[in-house]
Amino acid sequence: MAITKTVKDAQAACEGIESGMTLMLGGFGLCGIPEHAIAELKRRGVKDLVCISNNAGVDDFGLGLLLQGRQIRKMISSYVGENDEFERQMLSGELEVDLIPQGSLAERCRAGGAGIPAFFTPAGFGTEVAEGKEVREFDGKPHILETALTADFAFVKAWKGDTAGNLVYKATARNFNPMMAMAGRITVAEVEELVPAGELDPNEIHTPGIFVQRIFQGDRFEKRIEQRTVRPAKA
Amino acid sequence: MLSKNDIARRIAQEVQGGWYVNLGIGIPTLVANYIPEGLEVEFQSENGILGMGPFPEEGTEDADLINAGKQTITAMPGAVYFDSATSFAMIRGRHVQLTVLGAMEVSSNGDIANWKIPGLMVKGMGGAMDLVASAENIIVAMMHTNKRGDSKLLPACTLPLTGVACVRRVVTNLAVLDIRDGAFHLVERAPGVSVEEIQTATAGPLVVPDAVPEMRL
Repeated sequence: MAITKTVKDAQAACEGIESGMTLMLGGFGLCGIPEHAIAELKRRGVKDLVCISNNAGVDDFGLGLLLQGRQIRKMISSYVGENDEFERQMLSGELEVDLIPQGSLAERCRAGGAGIPAFFTPAGFGTEVAEGKEVREFDGKPHILETALTADFAFVKAWKGDTAGNLVYKATARNFNPMMAMAGRITVAEVEELVPAGELDPNEIHTPGIFVQRIFQGDRFEKRIEQRTVRPAKA
Repeated sequence: MLSKNDIARRIAQEVQGGWYVNLGIGIPTLVANYIPEGLEVEFQSENGILGMGPFPEEGTEDADLINAGKQTITAMPGAVYFDSATSFAMIRGRHVQLTVLGAMEVSSNGDIANWKIPGLMVKGMGGAMDLVASAENIIVAMMHTNKRGDSKLLPACTLPLTGVACVRRVVTNLAVLDIRDGAFHLVERAPGVSVEEIQTATAGPLVVPDAVPEMRL
């Protein structure tokens, strides 16, 4: 019989979060971010967090909300260009930042969830990113050793989920969510629609429920658009 | 001298049918506008889509469907969505035939710098380091000089590197140049631009053949 992962809301899903913990947060820009979990982290006021997330939100949404309250000690990201407060805290030294190539970030999360402690990649060879890392040649080409990432809590956002924790993502809101779901010691999934186990087609599930410890349905997602680009509607 | 759209138009001529192509942010994004109708080409955006289409019609934009520049987009028939690890497997695994990206500096041995200006601007490398480390066919789209008028084609990059010895071709507002044997090789000049103007604007070693044709756009 399916194992039930359902919790009531974001507050229940964040039970056990403490200051100083390492968190993963899915999303690319503001697309596919766990916005209810972020709101709950802000409400709880936990501090000294290490946040692993591709981006850092914008000033007043996403991880920007935690930066405002100085709740983050260190960010591990690939691109942080859309957030003035982030840039200010980084340049002033208040915030520790580890910038790593996007593919290496994704693979380090995947490795962390898959029991692979480290891997070699060509990305970053000959750059600042390679400093202090082991270099080895394969087929005559230099590669650098990157280590796996794991987290105390991973927060992911999916389109649909079931009570067994199985997840289906929508369009490009998938991004980092599946790998981070794998790499969390406790993975919390927030979904737009939560259905009973058995309703999702097993052929169509993206993240198997084994990777998810807690799941809840968010009551209203803002899903803010960062760059609204359109062409005129046809008459 | 070429406009940004003309640079994109010239690069579109390099794209062949059957190719998967990754376009970076800025001028590279414009390349998609100049692909001839009927040519079988799919655009990859590293945040997780193959088969990226044009911007959505007003009123149909979807917060869940964006490109790597965080712009709202559409999906073409045959498109597919995937996670970031799969996306970079496509890139590092050399399943993408062409990468077009912008740069702050390119050196005559093919090094590229485009992610950081120490003390001034630190936005991060995003997917650029993975792209340049693995792609076999990298075209840089950029202006020949920066806002101060300094050459962006240098004997060696002065900014922190994104990748080493990886760029094969550069298309600027002045010229098309290939990089090999530690030098820029002039391939074509922009309409109305003289070889002398290109020489003046190129700080790195430049090889000029006897005849330099003008670009056809």
